[in-house]
Amino acid sequence: MPTVSMTVNGKQVSGEVEGRTLLVQFLRENLHMTGTHVGCDTSQCGACVVHVNGDSMKSCTLLAVQADGTDVTTIEGLADGDTLHPMQEAFRDNHGLQCGFCTPGMVMSAVDLVKKNPKASEHEIREWLEGNICRCTGYHNIVKSIQQAQQTM
Amino acid sequence: MPEGGTGIGAAVKRVEDKRFLTGRGNYTDDINRPNQSHAYILRSPHAHAAINGIDTGAAKSAPGVLAVFTGEDMETGGLPCGWQVHSKDGSPMHEPPHPPLAKGKVRHVGDQVAVVIADTYAQAKDAAELIAVDYGPLPAVVGMNDALKGGSLVHDEIGTNLCYDWEIGDEAQIDEAFAKAHHVTEIDIVNNRLIPNAMEPRAAVGEYDRATDEYTLFTTSQNPHVIRLLMGAFVLSIPEHKLRVVAPDVGGGFGSKIYHYAEEAIVTWAAPRVGRPIKWTAERSESFISDAHGRDHISKAKMAMDSEGKFLALKVETKANMGAYLSTFAPCVPTYLYATLLAGVYTTPLIYCNVKAIFTNTVPVDAYRGAGRPEATYLLERLVAKCAHEMKMSQTDIRRANFIPADAFPYQTPVALQYDSGNYTATLNKAELAHDVAGFAARKAASMAKGKSRGIGYSTYVEACGIAPSAVVGSLGARAGLYESAEVRVHPTGSVTVFTGSHSHGQGHETTFAQLVSERLGLPMANIEISHGDTNKVQFGMGTYGSRSLAVGGEAIVKAMDKVVTKAKKIAAHILEASESDIEFKDGVFTVAGTDRSMAFGEVALAAYVPHNFPHDELEPGLDEKAFYDPLNFTFPGGCHICEVEVDPDTGVVSVERMTAVDDVGRVINPMIVEGQIHGGLAQGIGQALLEGCVYDADGQLVTGSYMDYCMPRADNFPNFSAGTEVTLCAHNSLGVKGCGEVGAIGSPPAVINAVVDALWDLGVHDMPMPATPQAVWKAIQAVAPAAAAE
Repeated sequence: MPTVSMTVNGKQVSGEVEGRTLLVQFLRENLHMTGTHVGCDTSQCGACVVHVNGDSMKSCTLLAVQADGTDVTTIEGLADGDTLHPMQEAFRDNHGLQCGFCTPGMVMSAVDLVKKNPKASEHEIREWLEGNICRCTGYHNIVKSIQQAQQTM
Repeated sequence: MPEGGTGIGAAVKRVEDKRFLTGRGNYTDDINRPNQSHAYILRSPHAHAAINGIDTGAAKSAPGVLAVFTGEDMETGGLPCGWQVHSKDGSPMHEPPHPPLAKGKVRHVGDQVAVVIADTYAQAKDAAELIAVDYGPLPAVVGMNDALKGGSLVHDEIGTNLCYDWEIGDEAQIDEAFAKAHHVTEIDIVNNRLIPNAMEPRAAVGEYDRATDEYTLFTTSQNPHVIRLLMGAFVLSIPEHKLRVVAPDVGGGFGSKIYHYAEEAIVTWAAPRVGRPIKWTAERSESFISDAHGRDHISKAKMAMDSEGKFLALKVETKANMGAYLSTFAPCVPTYLYATLLAGVYTTPLIYCNVKAIFTNTVPVDAYRGAGRPEATYLLERLVAKCAHEMKMSQTDIRRANFIPADAFPYQTPVALQYDSGNYTATLNKAELAHDVAGFAARKAASMAKGKSRGIGYSTYVEACGIAPSAVVGSLGARAGLYESAEVRVHPTGSVTVFTGSHSHGQGHETTFAQLVSERLGLPMANIEISHGDTNKVQFGMGTYGSRSLAVGGEAIVKAMDKVVTKAKKIAAHILEASESDIEFKDGVFTVAGTDRSMAFGEVALAAYVPHNFPHDELEPGLDEKAFYDPLNFTFPGGCHICEVEVDPDTGVVSVERMTAVDDVGRVINPMIVEGQIHGGLAQGIGQALLEGCVYDADGQLVTGSYMDYCMPRADNFPNFSAGTEVTLCAHNSLGVKGCGEVGAIGSPPAVINAVVDALWDLGVHDMPMPATPQAVWKAIQAVAPAAAAE
């Protein structure tokens, strides 16, 4: 079985994987980092979004071997110790989450949006979130959360 | 601390958020037990087929495989149904067996055929491909009308596809009223089948401890105690003291995680047989073909009116799809949660409804957010909108003319329910203001100038929450009581753990329930813990569905807190050497009335556990009280939803421009959470109206089997919502609360479709099915404008 190595949340990790192992499976099953979730099997829902070399990506669309040598940040690596990232804080302030299942992907995706388009309009925020499905919130408070983070990030 | 403190009415930020925001939630698939194995369920690719044989030999010898089981191996009870409905002739509904693994025949695409258990999930899945099932395909019955015509039977042994034929009301009396009516408005209504799609797929981990003979099931459930009861008593014959069911963090339910599913029984049953814990997690494509679906009604309805547009009588005939088997609560949804709501917010004196529940070769159908009430509301509010058109009355005038007046409560409807409180005129007035209905004409003109059609739609509704009381639901066929339990355990240093039988899967109980405690016992939030979801911690519970958690579960907590305060007063009286009746409790301090002698809550708690001088014949040590609360009635949230849409007649694209909801959910404990619940409900309601629809082909294959075919609402499908509340208190619970979890999904679909029809009315389109996709809307426009289409 191939061996992959990468940096995850600042820590060097490696492990043996099958060729078919997805990055999300490597994170959840090999590294036991269960913050990144799997909500579908067609790369639609976005619950598994992480940052790979700084860009948001669905970790179910990458094989673990493709992520060899990359720098990965997951939801577990976003906060600074006990201090939440401004995006996490914004979701809490604005009730941007309910069941919490889509939240890791939603937050990681939103962080990348604000980094890439700090002044995104409400319309642009909604369009950006097209790849992240939430069944609980109706998105209203997620949009509000991201608008707050645009001010605080 | 938020403005208003941390008690009732304060928008306290959620206690649970930090773990969810940092990736530290604990969902079932996150749980890994030592030496765990993995299960893959082989499912039927046919909607209807005989199983002539299953060869598992090759799979059993595949790498990593520990065991393969089929229906022939699994000699257990079937999955039980929790509600028995009787037909109008008095006969009980047909209740065919539902084996966890199919025996003899498969009855829907996705039916469980075999389970493979292996060291890894990939090995189990690979091995399943080696199982050879000899299927003898049979004709499938997919549509409800076809199912009633005879021919193929879903369950041969019952000789019919009709599960029950139920009625409420006096048909002869109704027909007489229709004969005398000034005008009768008729409508055909289809309530589209939906797939719940909680974002967390279902999962289950079963394990068995040979040393203690104890089983543990971790599962994605809205009601772990109910699963323990159903699975333990009816399927696997495991006594409850040897069976622990844990529903940890659960990623959304919307009804779909109420029911006892086969996979829960399979992993629990198989765990001792392979001698290892077993995990099963659904892939999303499995969720589509194995989670209970929602809605799926076909109805005909007519309203008799006098010359002033006053409703005289309503007659409804409904066909309700049960799918291939009876899911846990399926039979009650199109009867006691649907027909009993057909009075709506109106004084219609006579109502008759006939419901035929029908088996088809499709996934079982059960309660989905709103369960019966959205179907009733959609039918009624579409019919009322049509009545207004035919009577040449405005949409609001016809509603106001028929509202149950605010001074008429308690109001007995002709369909069994007695509403305790409400003010439908007030909610309508407030919604009209919030929506800026006055500005609609100008907005419509602006849309027209762009070549778009703009319409406005109303829905004024009432629903029934907190399903209860036990005596009533028992008389209607429920095989369970519908109370809730709570335990308030005060620890020696004054902090409190509340054990509740409700279950939170996004609703924020850890915050809202803690606010009840903060308010009553005067404690800071940090000193309060809400524990739920583990049958080894919580004595019993009926769980969370039907917006019952606060109105039933919250009241149980209040009742237990009352007992804590009573006991604490005894302790304070003893220590302060005063009469118990002189002890007052306020803001966390026990005081002897009229004196400065007092004890803080924490001091009393400590004394309870350090009872050095207690008169033990009068006063027990400890401070830990339990309560069961069985409500006196349902609660009746109601409200008004107004939707404004813009339709592009060239493409059929409908855009929701404004969505206003003013809901009366009774007293609001946490306005931030209530608003969030309403937003989520609105999204599911608008989703049903415009985007979502479960489609089977004629062979019973699910066409909408993934997120590429089933249109889940995305962020760019919605505007910002305007959600407000108008409060009348529930008259029969101490908190005055009604429930807010489903109002959004119940009230909004007819408001949306009424708006679409309003937008297209002048083009000649007077009806619109759900979902009003661009294709459906475009086709409807073409159908009435053949000349335009030919151009």
